[in-house]
Amino acid sequence: MYKNFLRYLISAIFLITFSISAKADFKVGFVYIGPTGDHGWTYQHDEGRKAVEAAGIKTTYVESVKYGADAERVIRQLAQSGHDLIFTTSFGYMDATNKVAKDFPNVKFEHATGYKREHSNVSTYSARFYQGRTILGHIAGKLTKTNTIGYIASFPIPEVIRGINAMTLAAQKVNPNIKTKIVWVFSWYDPGKEAEAAQALIDQGADIIMQHTDSTAPVQTAEKAGIWSFGQASDMQRFAPKSILTSIIDDWAPYYVERAIAARDGTWSQQDTWHGLKEGMVAMSPYNKGMGADLVKEAEQLQKDLASGKIHSFTGPIYDQKGNILVAEGKVADDGMLLGMNVYVKGVEGDIPK
Amino acid sequence: MSLDISFIGILIGSIMASSVPLILAASGELITERSGVLNLGVEGMMIIGAISGFALMVITDNLFIAIIGSMLSGVVISLIFGFLTQSLLTNHVATGLALTIFGIGLSAMLGKDFVGIPGKDFPILFSSLRESIPFFGPILFGHSIILYFAFVLPFLTSYFLKKTKLGLIVRAVGDSPVSASNQGINVVLVRYCCILYGGGMCGLAGAYLSLIYTPQWIENMTAGRGWIALALVVFATWSPIKVLIGAIIFGGISILQLHMQAVGFRIPVQFLIALPYLMTIIVLVVISRDSRKIKLNTPTSLGRIFYKEK
Repeated sequence: MYKNFLRYLISAIFLITFSISAKADFKVGFVYIGPTGDHGWTYQHDEGRKAVEAAGIKTTYVESVKYGADAERVIRQLAQSGHDLIFTTSFGYMDATNKVAKDFPNVKFEHATGYKREHSNVSTYSARFYQGRTILGHIAGKLTKTNTIGYIASFPIPEVIRGINAMTLAAQKVNPNIKTKIVWVFSWYDPGKEAEAAQALIDQGADIIMQHTDSTAPVQTAEKAGIWSFGQASDMQRFAPKSILTSIIDDWAPYYVERAIAARDGTWSQQDTWHGLKEGMVAMSPYNKGMGADLVKEAEQLQKDLASGKIHSFTGPIYDQKGNILVAEGKVADDGMLLGMNVYVKGVEGDIPK
Repeated sequence: MSLDISFIGILIGSIMASSVPLILAASGELITERSGVLNLGVEGMMIIGAISGFALMVITDNLFIAIIGSMLSGVVISLIFGFLTQSLLTNHVATGLALTIFGIGLSAMLGKDFVGIPGKDFPILFSSLRESIPFFGPILFGHSIILYFAFVLPFLTSYFLKKTKLGLIVRAVGDSPVSASNQGINVVLVRYCCILYGGGMCGLAGAYLSLIYTPQWIENMTAGRGWIALALVVFATWSPIKVLIGAIIFGGISILQLHMQAVGFRIPVQFLIALPYLMTIIVLVVISRDSRKIKLNTPTSLGRIFYKEK
């Protein structure tokens, strides 16, 4: 009797688990590098996820997932637990995403800011943040009094270097004496370190701070020091109302909704997406009136021209630090060059950490 | 690097601010270890202090309650450690590690609703003097009360251990719990007190991060500072003053390396980032060479389980 009961119980459990996994509602999974409340990078991806949810598609997410073995474990877990489409939203998930994709050919993968699509079920997508950096550079070049722009950088990858270069080129155009000082913190998210880096740059004469890291600590430090700053990834204005001139906003929502619907309806195919101001994947938060009405107008015009393609962020002549020509006069850098960018342009101080 | 004198003053001021959490946590842990208890849960107790302080600040809007609450939360969490190691006689190392893992997880859970809320300005003392006196102004004035407390604490700790009867009891319990017990000292009670004190100081160190240094709550925001505090205690050979020196060196070089980057020194950045760890170890090893003094300060029964036969 008891044995029989046990047998029923076990088969019942099996049946239930099987029916749950077999029922398989269409589900989308998200993997985040930071907490959803970072008010930066991850926050914006989560806004995108909410849009997918609003479109009537089930989603789940895992936050603060470290690169490496942790990432692979989490992605694999999502694939195993019946997710049909998985967005991995940080550069460092590149190899883990491709590795798991190989073992789950029926699951679709979308990797942000990477370039590896080793299997037909892996797409990549990114935004042309550098267009936003061009606007920041223009504003910074006009506003700096010390001719020193402080830049807090995370990791020496093309994405970050491209931003530094785009900003410097735009600033040089309006102010040839500009210097870009860079501090590498080797982290996407360490408020203590980001704040110290901002302070170090301010102490070294920077009167405008911008960041390619995800926390709000640098803009808060700038606010305290009474200097200008730019927000990153989302509108950080309420953390530093006086200091923030504008923020580059990543708007992933339309892309996420489009891809999730495509995957659900079976029209999903591998692609490599790189959208910018034109498509709205990159947007600028309202410009701070404190920069003056004329400069606001200039920034808005520049934003329009970048979106329409009238102006390209990387228009020649562009020289590297040693004075070698990178892009000839009258030409613009092609996407291949932008994607693999690993040298500083002239006017940036220091070396790229190797 | 612009080397004018007022700039150096500002720099020293920010170095002092960055070393405060290390001084507080290491001073607390030092007392715990001098009583013979090795608590590896510093990081866990700090992060619990950080979230408790921040959460209380948001809820009550009162910084005093937030600071006291963060210390109490450190005390409570260390009480778990105390109960396990002193009453249930579990292994110190394993229990301490578990405490850290527990603390990080618990704080992330508690902190869910507090992410992304801007912090409040913590009052600073003598801010007018800071501006009016060049060089010494930014060093001596314009800090929070916690910073002044942190810089006095190592001297108080040193005095307590060397000159007071209670300090003698703590040291006796750490060196030879059996003889102390035979003298009629309640070893377990003394160790409990030292553990709770250490917990309180770690809680305060965490609150300094979330309320004063970078006023906001972020998961895992202690970022390994607890482990550095632990290492400082050992490398400073259990001397409070050397803990202070070590903390300042570590804080100092962490800040200086960022300045060196900003100035554009042509040194590999990876090396600069490793520099605080290297320099702190080297300096502390050099100033602690006297083996006789090390023996004098080292709690002989550190990490050993004391069991009173009935």
